[in-house]
Amino acid sequence: MNDILLPILIVAGIGLIAGLGLAIASIIMAVPKDEKAEAVLEILPGANCGACGYSGCAGYAKALAAGEAKPGLCSPGGEAVAKATSELLGVSGDVEYKTALVHCLGSYDFTTDKMEYDGIMSCAAAAQLAGGITSCRFGCMGLGDCMKACEYNAITVCNGVASIDPAKCKGCSKCVSACPKGLISFVPLKEQAVVRCNNCDKGAVTNKVCGIGCIGCTKCVRVCEFDAVKVVDSHAVVDPAKCTACGKCVEACPRHCITLFKVPEQKH
Amino acid sequence: MIQNLVAIFLAAILTENYVLNQFLGICPFLGVSKKVNTALGMSIAVTFVMVLATAVTWPLYTYLLVPNKLEYLETIVFILVIAALVQLVETILKKYIPSLYNALGVYLPLITTNCAVLGVTMLVIERGQADATFGYVESLVNAFGAGIGFLVAMVLFAGVRERLELCDIPKSLRGLPITLVAASLVAVSFLGFQGLVDGLLG
Repeated sequence: MNDILLPILIVAGIGLIAGLGLAIASIIMAVPKDEKAEAVLEILPGANCGACGYSGCAGYAKALAAGEAKPGLCSPGGEAVAKATSELLGVSGDVEYKTALVHCLGSYDFTTDKMEYDGIMSCAAAAQLAGGITSCRFGCMGLGDCMKACEYNAITVCNGVASIDPAKCKGCSKCVSACPKGLISFVPLKEQAVVRCNNCDKGAVTNKVCGIGCIGCTKCVRVCEFDAVKVVDSHAVVDPAKCTACGKCVEACPRHCITLFKVPEQKH
Repeated sequence: MIQNLVAIFLAAILTENYVLNQFLGICPFLGVSKKVNTALGMSIAVTFVMVLATAVTWPLYTYLLVPNKLEYLETIVFILVIAALVQLVETILKKYIPSLYNALGVYLPLITTNCAVLGVTMLVIERGQADATFGYVESLVNAFGAGIGFLVAMVLFAGVRERLELCDIPKSLRGLPITLVAASLVAVSFLGFQGLVDGLLG
């Protein structure tokens, strides 16, 4: 009898001691859960895209609950989520719609490849070779890293340059971090003029490598009545807050690299 | 005495590396070795659990199971103790080092079923039976060395994998296949340490 009872007692005893120890430890070292953050997390879409600038939905929910973040930063959730979170937290929440934009128009009509590239079909790899494969060292190489990063099929690469469909863009910023040239950045979703060039070289150099790149001639700066255009690092930049989309800079640009951004119908 | 301990420690890291020579703990070795940072965190957790588990299981075996002639309970008792310890480590990490807790994710509970931990606790007892001088202190040093060996293997392999990420790998080999090939090559390289410790200190 003892042969059976003793092992049972020993194993059960060890199990009991371990279980009690764990129970005590979990009481002593309990991590207080933030109920507010949990409730906010329920509302958020759970895409963990990082468009809000926090590490996933849980991070944003934590910041919201702590009052450190504003509601309405969640692009995939849009207005519905912003409204629900602001109601829950009792603060006002206006949604800032934004869309990603490729700041380059250098298709094969305007640029050439300076090498015959036969490596991995990825911008990140190509960018390590002599400043990229396109003649312009700042330009889009069109190997589609952003397209691969986009989960909403909003990006197409056509004729060596990527473009983003604002109707499909959810503003998740995955493409922004995917572009090794840093060509993609956010613009507010409103009618405005946008400079589609990121070339920081002097005008003469730009002129040699690209037929449509900004040469920093400042014609747009002079023609703008609202002081919205500036030339920074040898290329024009439009301040979206000041731009009224009058279209004067678009007409004045001798290089046609300023375009008028239109808000797609279904996003109004 | 100290020379003996150093020899045990070095042997556990290099010649008897639990991952690369005895092929224990392959799951975390392949699972968490994508980044050097998480590999480091995981190995430190494993080292900690290994030493703690040996510290608890050795006296349990020697002073509870052996006098009662219950050596056959070794496996089940050890699994029980290790599972409880891992749970404890998880609770502690969650409270005091949440960043490491988040980084380790699902792999922390996996230490429970990590055969390297069970292997270390059982093999030191086997060694103690064969060699009477291999006592409690030697077992602890061996467990610590095994943990550091795990760390060395993990970090080395994580470095290899980070470089693999940038390579143009044939389509059929991408993912796990090339990882296993790389793991085998790293294991082969560790064969080069065979006899090193004896030569150094013997």
